[in-house]
Amino acid sequence: MAQMTMIQAITDALRTELKNDENVLVYGEDVGQNGGVFRATEGLQKEFGEERVFDTPLAESGIGGLSIGLALQGYRPVPEIQFFGFVYEAMDAINGQMARMRYRSGGTYSQPVTIRSPFGGGVHTPELHADSLEGLIAQQPGMKVVIPSTPYDAKGLLISSIRDNDPVLFLEHMKLYRSFRGEVPEKEYTIELGKADVKREGSDVTLVAYGAMVHASLKAAEELEKDGIQAEVIDLRTVMPFDIDTILESVKKTNRVVVVQEAQRQAGLAAQIVTEIQERAILHLEAPVLRVAAPDTVYPFSQAEEVWLPNYKDIIEKVDKVINF
Amino acid sequence: MKRTIENVESQFEMFQIINEDGEIVNQEAMPNLSDEELKELMHRMVYTRILDQRSIALNRQGRLGFYAPTAGQEASQLGSQFALEKDDFILPGYRDVPQLIWHGLPLYQAFLFSRGHFHGNQMPEGVNALSPQIIIGAQITQAAGVALGMKKRGKKAVAITYTGDGGTSQGDFYEGMNFAGAYQAPAIFVVQNNRFAISVPVEKQTAAQTLAQKAVAAGIEGIQVDGMDVLAVYAATKDARERGINGEGPTLIETLTYRYGPHTMAGDDPTRYRTDDLDNEWEKKDPLVRFRKFLEGKGLWSEDEENKVIDQAKEEIKAAIKKADEQPKQKVTDLISYMYEELPSNLKEQMEEYKEKESK
Ligand SMILES: Cc1ncc(C[n+]2csc(CCOP(=O)(O)OP(=O)(O)O)c2C)c(N)n1
Repeated sequence: MAQMTMIQAITDALRTELKNDENVLVYGEDVGQNGGVFRATEGLQKEFGEERVFDTPLAESGIGGLSIGLALQGYRPVPEIQFFGFVYEAMDAINGQMARMRYRSGGTYSQPVTIRSPFGGGVHTPELHADSLEGLIAQQPGMKVVIPSTPYDAKGLLISSIRDNDPVLFLEHMKLYRSFRGEVPEKEYTIELGKADVKREGSDVTLVAYGAMVHASLKAAEELEKDGIQAEVIDLRTVMPFDIDTILESVKKTNRVVVVQEAQRQAGLAAQIVTEIQERAILHLEAPVLRVAAPDTVYPFSQAEEVWLPNYKDIIEKVDKVINF
Repeated sequence: MKRTIENVESQFEMFQIINEDGEIVNQEAMPNLSDEELKELMHRMVYTRILDQRSIALNRQGRLGFYAPTAGQEASQLGSQFALEKDDFILPGYRDVPQLIWHGLPLYQAFLFSRGHFHGNQMPEGVNALSPQIIIGAQITQAAGVALGMKKRGKKAVAITYTGDGGTSQGDFYEGMNFAGAYQAPAIFVVQNNRFAISVPVEKQTAAQTLAQKAVAAGIEGIQVDGMDVLAVYAATKDARERGINGEGPTLIETLTYRYGPHTMAGDDPTRYRTDDLDNEWEKKDPLVRFRKFLEGKGLWSEDEENKVIDQAKEEIKAAIKKADEQPKQKVTDLISYMYEELPSNLKEQMEEYKEKESK
């Protein structure tokens, strides 16, 4: 097995699907010759040609609409939004059009599109580059939202996303791109969408997280272990639809839950997760389900992001509260 | 059937006043500038080139954050700004910090913007501008709004906005021009065509032969200018400004230019998408070299004078960095306080929470 960074695993998944299916098209701003600003598409234009891997003019709404049209022609588009903060430009194409196509055509047309995009904080980018906007898309019926936290998951989930016949938003946390390597099989494999992964087993408290917050949760779990608290860490991997069964199974064991998201607290995904838990398992709970989230401001200018972003200490603080409730 | 697309280019012949050798090629268009004003233009270009070099070095040392290099684009940036008055409103893109500085933004604040500190975005009283826009194209429709507001208020002023060749692909670009045209609002849309949008060459950006011709569909004035010729850019902007305040509507100005450095300092490698030949071709058009020759020919510039500007720039940059260093560190509580005029209940609670966090 190869040791890969997450970005290498993503390139590997794209290469796998470009090889497997001639209908797969990979495109976006700077995606061709430049290999993407993060090099996610490095070498792919050379290998598969400009017909399959290409640059677009600079317009996210155009990229969104182009994807809808290519999908109508039987292609399986894998467009890139260069940074996810730019998705506002493409909101009508995605939420207003793509997500509704199957429904409004009475099942006649589908949109097997996978929109890839880097997101997430902590890398000192300018405004609207680091925002966690997954909730905007997760709120839209018709869309699926996938967020891997390891190189292994990234490859399997991206292949599954591309093969899915409905539109998928695939978000790649920038901080995880190159921060560590993990084992990634060279052969192709898929990971079922909508299935969470228990990244660490524990019996005292359940931490539900996704993206970079999985790693903050794992770090918190390590620290908590020193105090004799065994935390279970669930990585959602697909945040919409999310795997409530795996969460409930864990809750029945630990009876205590903290849900962690990097996004702002207001109207976030964590609120949805908390609600699903309390609607289904209130009698299993020994304490209110708490949230760790960023404050309700816009994503801060880079100098303030370290304090703004949730970290493992914030998680420990909330775990202490649910344990000592 | 008559084809419309042929011969478009000939309608948008590049406007130039001084050529690469510093010779006047268009005496008729020569703007009416005093010797002092001509020297001031050179002063600003030299100063800005030094600022660019220092900013790149400071970024590499980790003493500046986000930075988009400007070398090569001085004539486009400073020539257009020089045609403005204090009351004119600038809506810049991320590369357009020099225009802001010469419009009145103190240097230390420009550095704070780069460092991701909100004080860098707080325009001082009387500086009519927004901080640099990060979202490509967003400023263009806003410029139409500022211009319409000026017209409604009866102000003798214009809104000027800047984008790049890549920016002309955004819907906002067409919408902004069309709105301003429909209202005959005093807006100036400057497209600095430096041939690349990060790595994507302008030929892949559009099938149009020029970007200036995009004005035609909006029914507004469009002109293509030699963006390495500071006098041509100045004259075109001055003319656009005059027509704007006289109620004759908006103008699109395409300046043909080049960025000598990387796209930003965040890992861009121009050798992946530009050839040495192209770099060399544009090196020869350097706006500073050309204007220096022109001024020397008139006996208005010397090495001595240039060195004085360089020394002054270096000293002022040093002082500005020191002042930026002295700025109190930005806190989350600062940001919370700028979310609304009055804090809603959720933020009141979070204000207390973060006050406590920040006191630790
Ligand atoms: C809406 C949006 N899409 C993409 C980007 C990322 N991006 C930043 S600069 C750039 C290229 C811009 O090229 P151009 O407009 O030609 O201006 P230049 O950088 O050459 O000055 C891109 C794609 C962005 N900032 N905003």
